[in-house]
Amino acid sequence: MPAVKRYWEDVKEGEALPEMRVEGLTRTDFVRYAGASGDFNPIHHDQTFAEASGNPTVFAMGMLNAGILSRVVTRFVGRPAVRRYRVRFATRAWPGDDVISTGKVTRKFEEDGEARIEGELHAVNQKGETLISGSFVAALPRRP
Amino acid sequence: MPIDRSWIGRTGEPVVMHVERGKIREFARAIKDDDPLYFDEEYAKREAGGIMPPVTFLQTMTHWDDGGGRVRPPMDLKRALHGEQEFELLRPIHAGDVLTARMRVADLYEKPGRRGGTMTFVVLDTEFTNQRGELVARARQVGIETGQVVKD
Repeated sequence: MPAVKRYWEDVKEGEALPEMRVEGLTRTDFVRYAGASGDFNPIHHDQTFAEASGNPTVFAMGMLNAGILSRVVTRFVGRPAVRRYRVRFATRAWPGDDVISTGKVTRKFEEDGEARIEGELHAVNQKGETLISGSFVAALPRRP
Repeated sequence: MPIDRSWIGRTGEPVVMHVERGKIREFARAIKDDDPLYFDEEYAKREAGGIMPPVTFLQTMTHWDDGGGRVRPPMDLKRALHGEQEFELLRPIHAGDVLTARMRVADLYEKPGRRGGTMTFVVLDTEFTNQRGELVARARQVGIETGQVVKD
C-alpha cells in the first residue's frame, strides 16, 4: 500500500497515525527476518539455545518489531520523508503474539530549512504490553 | 568482570555495502511491508527517484561485514539484549548505491540491574557514506548485557 500524500499544513499536533496490526507472529517470521537482516543470534531461531538461555522458546528480534512499527510512519509521511527513527525495546514478542503499532504527532517545527513533524510511537502486543516505545522526525512538503 | 573502558573510541574496519534491489525486496517482505516504493521500479522512480530501502534496512550491513567491521567488547549472547536503536537519515539512499559503514564504540558503562547483578551497556555509532562521499545516515545502537540470564 503506497503512502498517502500529505502536506505539512494539513497535519495537526496531537493527530493520531492510523493503527497497524500484525496478527500472530510465527517462528517462520523470525527465520525470514534472520535471513533478510543477517541477525543469526540463535536465541531467535534455535529452541535448544533459547531454553538454555532460560526462555520457554524463541522470541522475535527487536528489530523485526521495529521494522513492523516503522510502517506506521512511512504510511503516514512516505519513506523519503523520514529523517529520524528511534526505538527503545521493552518486553519481547513471542510466537503467536500480535504487534499493534500506533503513533501520534507531537510537534510541528522548522529545522534545516525544512517543515518537519515529530511524533511518538508505540508497539504493543495483544495484552497491551509495550514491545517498543519510539519516536520519529519527518519532513513534509508545504502546500503550494 | 570489570568493564574494559579502553574499548571506548575503538573503530571497526570500514564495511562496503551494496544496496541491492533483491535484498530490499527480501527485507521489506520480512517486515511485512508491501509499499510499492520497495518493489515497483517505475513507481519508485516517479515518487522517490528510485527504489529506496526501508527505514531500518541499514541493519543489513551485517551481511557485508567479513568480521572486522563490527567492533564491540565480547558479550554473552544468552544475556545480551538490544536496548535501543536510532537511525538518522540525512540524504536519500537508493538501490544501486554503494555505502561505506564505519562503526565506533561511543560509550561503555555499567548500571545496577533492577533484577540484581550489574548491567553493561555498550553504545555503538555507525556512519554511512555513499559512493560520492556524502554522509547519508547515522545509526546508534545500545546493547545491554544483563547480570544474569534474561527473564521477563
